[in-house]
Amino acid sequence: MSSIGKKTIQSITGGALILFLTFHALMNIFVIISPEAYDAICEFLGANWYALVGTVGLAALVVLHFIFAIVLTVQNYIARGSERYAVSARPKGVEWSSRNMFVLGLVVIGFVVLHLLNFWYKMQLQEILGNELEMSGAEFVQDLFSHPVYCILYMIWLVALWFHLQHGMWSAFHTLGWNNNKWIPRLKCISNIYTGIVCALFFCIPLYYLIINLIA
Amino acid sequence: MDKTINVTLKVWRQRGPKAKGAFETYKLNGVSTDSSFLEMMDQLNEQLISERKEPVVFDHDCREGICGMCSLYINGHPHGPDEDITTCQLHMRKFKDGDTITIEPWRSHGFPVIRDLMVDRSAFDKIIQAGGYVSVNTGGAPDANAIPISKEKADLAMDAASCIGCGACVAACKNGSAMLFVSAKVSQLALLPQGKVEAARRAKAMVAKMDELGFGNCTNTGACEAECPKNVSISNIARLNREFLCAKLKD
Repeated sequence: MSSIGKKTIQSITGGALILFLTFHALMNIFVIISPEAYDAICEFLGANWYALVGTVGLAALVVLHFIFAIVLTVQNYIARGSERYAVSARPKGVEWSSRNMFVLGLVVIGFVVLHLLNFWYKMQLQEILGNELEMSGAEFVQDLFSHPVYCILYMIWLVALWFHLQHGMWSAFHTLGWNNNKWIPRLKCISNIYTGIVCALFFCIPLYYLIINLIA
Repeated sequence: MDKTINVTLKVWRQRGPKAKGAFETYKLNGVSTDSSFLEMMDQLNEQLISERKEPVVFDHDCREGICGMCSLYINGHPHGPDEDITTCQLHMRKFKDGDTITIEPWRSHGFPVIRDLMVDRSAFDKIIQAGGYVSVNTGGAPDANAIPISKEKADLAMDAASCIGCGACVAACKNGSAMLFVSAKVSQLALLPQGKVEAARRAKAMVAKMDELGFGNCTNTGACEAECPKNVSISNIARLNREFLCAKLKD
């Protein structure tokens, strides 16, 4: 497969994952606005067939995105040559995140595993297995974030996620061929704002519980 | 009287493509700030010859920034710390007395070192040979205004054509990607009616050759654009992506 073909797969899978995160964030925010509404969403998704199809699809997207990221990173490492520069400067205008997408991706995926253990394992998996849930969705969230350590871990993770997404989003458009000198800065700006909003919605939740628990 | 400075040079020395290279440190005194960087290198070589040492091998030709022959990775930047110029246009007034200047060759899998600071950039020629041309049956020259071309397109094609093929984009890229070069060469033709006819074949052939020669995959860092001596824009890369994807979809 050509270099551009592999990057196209990264763009499409990455774009789809950004859309998923958008819906995920919009649903999550209800846990602090109205726990009842959040529980209703959990109920609606649960282990119904459409939620399961979505979960399998998402897993496939993540696996594809991850595999191609490894292939591209290894090829790029080899292409750099055996000798490294003794002195190298980051030219101005080059985002830090754009140079560290793989490392940021590793941080993100590492935390996804933790996140699945925290929630998916206790919620959807138990429903699939036909077990009774220990508590409601909102209670799971409140329970986990009653530990300040988890609040802070999740907040660090979300910052890493934002760095990954703000480069990934405009980069995906670029790879799919949106060529225009005027639109490069606009796309970068839109990506920063859009992914900023998505990550901020997520970020509000551990921050809210951290503050609530500190006051209480 | 022109001002002179004393500098310390850390220069990469390597006897051949397979040999192990290392940095050598040289002191060079009395360098005129009016001299160009390459004149300073000439001065170093004269000093080395007078000491009966091997002079440093480096590429250069026109010394006026249009041939794309000079290279050199100076203090962490291809073509040195100044912007939008080639190494031959860099002046010693950009450096201060007592500075240590680190000079390295382009480092990339696609550009093996021939000797010292000289690298083999024939991979670029192979990419051009794969499709960076317009096949024409020559006849009488047609009237220049017979095919109308918008000013905007003409300007974009001209900007892409300003690429001199020096390889600074590959040298600057953390992925050793040649996408800026290839995209400029594809764009300068794809934007014009004469080049449009073969655009699909060209994009596919040049990208295939680029991948085959071991250049890396672009991750849109933009380092190439920042270091390009001719300011070639990365919007050319998006255009190449589009040309390539459209060509593949039409298969």
